[in-house]
Amino acid sequence: MAGSNFQTLTNQPDGRVSSNAAESTFHEIDDLDRAIPAIEFRDVLLAFDDRIILNKLSFKVMKGETKIILGGSGGGKSTIIKLVLGLLKPDAGQVFVDGEDITDYNEVRMMRVRKKIGMVFQEGALFDSLSVYDNVAYRLHEQGVPEEEVEPEVRRMLRFVNLEDAIDKMPAELSGGMRRRVGIARALIGDPKIVLFDEPTAGLDPPTARTICELAMKLRDLEDVSSIFVTHEMNNLDYLCSEYAVVNEEGRVVFEREGERLCLINSKVMMMLQGNIIFSGTDERLRKAEDPYIQKFLRGH
Amino acid sequence: MAARAVSGLLKRPRYLPETIAQMDAIGVGSLTIIILTGFFTGGVLTVQTFPTLKTYGAQSQTGYLVAISLVRELGPVLCALMVTGRVGSAISAELGSMVVSQQIDAMRALGTDPIRKLVAPRLIALLITLPLLTVIADMFGICGGWVTAIGLYSVSSSVFVSAVRDGITTDDLIGGMVKPIVFALIIGSVACHQGLSTEGGTVGVGRSTTRAVVMASIVVIIADYFLAKALQVILGSP
Repeated sequence: MAGSNFQTLTNQPDGRVSSNAAESTFHEIDDLDRAIPAIEFRDVLLAFDDRIILNKLSFKVMKGETKIILGGSGGGKSTIIKLVLGLLKPDAGQVFVDGEDITDYNEVRMMRVRKKIGMVFQEGALFDSLSVYDNVAYRLHEQGVPEEEVEPEVRRMLRFVNLEDAIDKMPAELSGGMRRRVGIARALIGDPKIVLFDEPTAGLDPPTARTICELAMKLRDLEDVSSIFVTHEMNNLDYLCSEYAVVNEEGRVVFEREGERLCLINSKVMMMLQGNIIFSGTDERLRKAEDPYIQKFLRGH
Repeated sequence: MAARAVSGLLKRPRYLPETIAQMDAIGVGSLTIIILTGFFTGGVLTVQTFPTLKTYGAQSQTGYLVAISLVRELGPVLCALMVTGRVGSAISAELGSMVVSQQIDAMRALGTDPIRKLVAPRLIALLITLPLLTVIADMFGICGGWVTAIGLYSVSSSVFVSAVRDGITTDDLIGGMVKPIVFALIIGSVACHQGLSTEGGTVGVGRSTTRAVVMASIVVIIADYFLAKALQVILGSP
């Protein structure tokens, strides 16, 4: 497809391309690129022994979209993330990342795909023996990036999560919330266009959980990152589906509620129960759903 | 797993600092227990064999018996068992803890192959340090035997030393070096495999650590039997 666009460019009578034509062509390429889902599951089936974990699951996460996956424990939410990363392989069906079918990729080929993806683990999963700096710099060190380029990048990421002061600390010295934020900084190093959050707010106090959600919103609205946000906490859903991040006139990031001025369309909700998708759509539709399990989940009793 | 770890050595990035750190932890860290084990094993060999040899008037051969027993068998096997207890358990527990705290998943998610980053440096460190530790155990074992023979049984130092010289052949030294290499592979592979296949949280870490030590110890002893016979056949030693 991109090839045909470049054909149009070279077919101009004088061999040159007007700036408008070039701009529109690049927009077309960009639009085509955006039409390819960042993540796609097609009839994915996964079972451990006789227990079906994911039952022919199909869904897409478009570019710049946040897919909030809700559901109770053991519903298969975290398994989805492991499949995207290739840490598990499906028994049937296909998994696509950025249009690439990764279903049958071996560990070596998956390493290349994983470079496009950032992953935030439930407990942070920081390397105990490394300092905050070395944890965040881990991916760059592995890639052999020179130290003079690593440090500013690490500091930039730690500033993003408001933890630059903790740069020399060891993971054991950090609180739970700080560990998650370092985990986010580590996931974001190298600017991945896909970020996976595996219950990043579980067990955190409300203000810290809010901070984590704000980071996810900043990624979605300011960095055009596609993400999967696995959670079972309704507060997260409220933040992510009703607020958005903008840069105000003073250059500071602020969070505004959707309303008449703007309606969020880049956050979608998917609810899972025992390996099946029982709801997929917007949060407004979710709240109106009549399914007894969804109502019980929303009410909390 | 061991094959993947070794094949990974040919590719970048190479984990030289990790390998050196592991050599320090495994080799230097095990030095004290290996010296003590070797010394007292040599001593007890003299205590047990001298009276029997004296019965046959062959007490001058004590050094011969101590040296050959240590270099061929006790040095490599005891050294491997001590390293299994100290290092095999540590490797299994460390990797197991990393599994249950999702650090291994994080490593893979960040584009690093845990086999190359964690298994290969430990295997290489074991392959280099276990033969060296065995040599040290042998030396201190003979030294322990010599001290005991002179101190307790008034054997002449020159008689003991010349019996040691007569006893050890090049084949014994080759055999004594081949065994620790094989044992290092066994200890490293079993410990890493048990650690990386940990399931069930902190209880699982304990289980995999115990399994690693028990399995590695048994496999070392079984492998020793077959290696001893194979080396006899290959080297044509009596």
